[in-house]
Amino acid sequence: MSTKIKINSQIFQDSNNIYYPKDEVEVSDLIRELYKQDSPTVIIGNNSKSFIGNKTQSANTTSLSKISGIIDYRPEELYIKVKACTPINEIEQVLSENNQELAFEPIDFGYINEGKSNKGTIAGYLSCNYAGSRRFKVGSVRDHILGFKGVNGKGDIIKSGGTVVKNVTGYDLSKLIAGSFGTLVALTEITLKVLPKKDSSKTVIIYPSNFEQIYDFFNKLSSSSSEISGAVFVPEQSKDKDFVTKKNSVFKFNDLKSNVSFIAFRVEGDKISIEEKINNLKKELKLSNSEISILDVYQSEPFWKKVNNLQVFEKTEHNLIRMVIPPANGSKLCKYLENNHNYFVDWCGSLFWIEVNSKKEEKIKDLKKMAKDFGGYLTVIKTSSEYDYGEAIFTVDKVRLMISEKVKQSFDPKRILNPGKMYRGV
Amino acid sequence: MSEIALPKIDSSILNRKSEIVKKLSKLTNIENVLSEADELRPYETDALSVYTQTPLAVVLPENTEEVSEILKFCHSENIKVVPRGAGTGLSGGALPLQDAILLGLGKFNKILEIDYENKCVVTQPGVTNLGITHAVQNKRFYYAPDPSSQLACSIGGNVAENSGGVHSLKYGTTTNNILGVQMVMMDGTICRFGGKSFDQEGYDLMGLICGSEGLLGVVTEVTVKILKTPEVVRAALIGFPSIKEGGDAASEIISSGIVPAGMEIMDKALIEATDNFSKAGYPRDAELLLIVELDGTESEVNELIKKVEVICKKNNCSSLKLSNSEKERLSFWAGRKAAFPACGAMAPDYYCMDGSIPRGKLAEALLEIKKLSKKYELPVANCFHAGDGNLHPLIMFDGNDKEQLRKTEEFGSEILKTCVRLGGVITGEHGVGIEKRELMCEMFNDNDIQQQLSIKKSLDEKNLLNPGKVYPILRKCAEEGRVHVHKNKDKFPDLPRF
Repeated sequence: MSTKIKINSQIFQDSNNIYYPKDEVEVSDLIRELYKQDSPTVIIGNNSKSFIGNKTQSANTTSLSKISGIIDYRPEELYIKVKACTPINEIEQVLSENNQELAFEPIDFGYINEGKSNKGTIAGYLSCNYAGSRRFKVGSVRDHILGFKGVNGKGDIIKSGGTVVKNVTGYDLSKLIAGSFGTLVALTEITLKVLPKKDSSKTVIIYPSNFEQIYDFFNKLSSSSSEISGAVFVPEQSKDKDFVTKKNSVFKFNDLKSNVSFIAFRVEGDKISIEEKINNLKKELKLSNSEISILDVYQSEPFWKKVNNLQVFEKTEHNLIRMVIPPANGSKLCKYLENNHNYFVDWCGSLFWIEVNSKKEEKIKDLKKMAKDFGGYLTVIKTSSEYDYGEAIFTVDKVRLMISEKVKQSFDPKRILNPGKMYRGV
Repeated sequence: MSEIALPKIDSSILNRKSEIVKKLSKLTNIENVLSEADELRPYETDALSVYTQTPLAVVLPENTEEVSEILKFCHSENIKVVPRGAGTGLSGGALPLQDAILLGLGKFNKILEIDYENKCVVTQPGVTNLGITHAVQNKRFYYAPDPSSQLACSIGGNVAENSGGVHSLKYGTTTNNILGVQMVMMDGTICRFGGKSFDQEGYDLMGLICGSEGLLGVVTEVTVKILKTPEVVRAALIGFPSIKEGGDAASEIISSGIVPAGMEIMDKALIEATDNFSKAGYPRDAELLLIVELDGTESEVNELIKKVEVICKKNNCSSLKLSNSEKERLSFWAGRKAAFPACGAMAPDYYCMDGSIPRGKLAEALLEIKKLSKKYELPVANCFHAGDGNLHPLIMFDGNDKEQLRKTEEFGSEILKTCVRLGGVITGEHGVGIEKRELMCEMFNDNDIQQQLSIKKSLDEKNLLNPGKVYPILRKCAEEGRVHVHKNKDKFPDLPRF
């Protein structure tokens, strides 16, 4: 941490020289000063997800963690407006008291990083845009952002969107900010769409015999009028004893055989319609002669938390990859991954979480090629200690990189905010 | 109304017309370039027909490479370009400019791939919104966003405007229902954002393009998500003795945890107008009519209908009718869908407004509009997408009476300002275009607008693509803009407008 830069302001700085602006005006003052001095800054919230993205060093570090608290929660309007670094736990708690939730099901990345819960802040989560298991049904994080306020790289306070769901006034910058890893604005305020919690849930477990059957099930599930809100495949992977042990301990439920491959799908709603949907789906999937088991609500809820929080990869020291592909290519990818890498499949066949079976990064190149060939992309979410960043963490093509540079330039012409966090030059 | 500030005309471009037309004819099939006065006339306006401009020429390319070559040429020669889909937009986003090429995407009218396994359709932008649903409905799939002009509006236009519709509360607008786009930038660069997989990594450029009103690029291919048709759809038709009770019921339905597929409100003036027009059998004694549509599995829908019934009775509804067949459900909608033509039959002219407000402010907004109606001595009929707070007041007036026209403009402007004051926005789904351009500063300050203009500049440095739209030219908050329909001569009279 450098002390070269003399910032002419009263903004609190701790012993590590991290700045802690307490409101948007202080963020604006600070960034305006850094802009004048051409001095970039790392932007952090509660640091729960700072391991994701490129490792960067800047002359300064700015923590937005003091910009926290609920500004306006209107359950009847289905929105909550919060200061940007409000902890997700706090938001979920308040929503839960009104039987509402963040439908995109935030992932708790604390487990893969530290082996315990650490959900971090909403600004951090929005900056990553990684939705949980319900994504294929309800949309991603970006689909739940109604508006924001923040400070661009010149120190200007800007806003976009509002609190209403229907709004086409000007460019939809909320989308652009989602997944921008703090490289466009330092967020100060976020308005989120919230939705009612479903009355109850049940999870049906089926035990497929081959990869074609898995994807046949996924296809039928996503084609049904009896909507599901979660569908995962967890493979047997019998050769890796450690993984099997981990898997058995994470997915230890009375009504689940975790030592073999299984598909789990979740049905939510009122109790009568849950039964109706399960019966419909049993017929559509032709399960009358197959072994199935059902997790009641008391097993179903913790089961999805464990899936969503990637607990099967708790504290992994390997490279952990998030790959998203069109589901039609999923069975081919499963075949490749079998006995090569540990993995599981979420989003009804689209999202692959892959723990690369080596600390070295060379295998990532193969996986990246595969992701591109299959029409998708991959991100290295957590890197091993031996990762030397020879292979980029993100997937981007030349044209998109060129446009990204232009967009970055329009928000942050001197590259003050989190430079290099996503791509070199951005 | 028919005078509006447009970008300064570059006379050197006008002088080079024949040379430019000649060059364009080499970049696409010669028949695809229109330059004679009678050929240009159909392209002089979009559905905001009060404004007309004759373009320099119209060019109708047939593939992405041609679009790229045309834009590259225009970029190097500093020729402005206005993209156009089906021309059904209500905010003047496709209004031509005299010194600009009008780039029509009408020949991009093919569906390229139907991919049931990945639940998506890859289509050219000129295909109509409803055309996508028609292509997949035999397997009981559909494309969710349903703007009222879906019969004619193109999917490329939907992307440009981020179109919504009656069902957007539950299923989202265009931005929530597309997976990828191919786009050509003003300098001719062809780019692809997203594809058949969920989300994008990096900056969500598709999210930026969607709703950018043709200012950042020309979309030449769209990949949309398709959904399975719900097993059961039922609607309830509920009358209320007062605006407040109906507004409160609508608000309570949402806050109780029900997410209806659609929820519409009509006031007394519109109940009468539409019932006269379409014989929908609406309760004429009601001050306010609520249509609630629910979808899902059979027991799910029945359960939700029961809850809606309880809430409406608690709020003193005066009548409640449930649809017991698909035919009956459609009859409930018949009046609502005839709202615009019904108003057209009642007065020589009407203005359609498009603002959004928080749902809980519906009653307040309606009462305020009623007060304004008295103040300006002009009748108004109101329809709302109540589920998402999107209101479409229709002000009736006689355009031949200049004083009435002036009062109507003032009235409309006050309504939009009321929306902003109540915590809403100046456009929910029609777009800014030229229509609400000068009202942008009601919502945004200089910093906000400068940031948006910087994005525009970064992707279109010379400001050649659809200039003069969305952002104020004169940087003043003039009070203008609304959809003006004279003698019921909507540019697209057959399209239902809701």
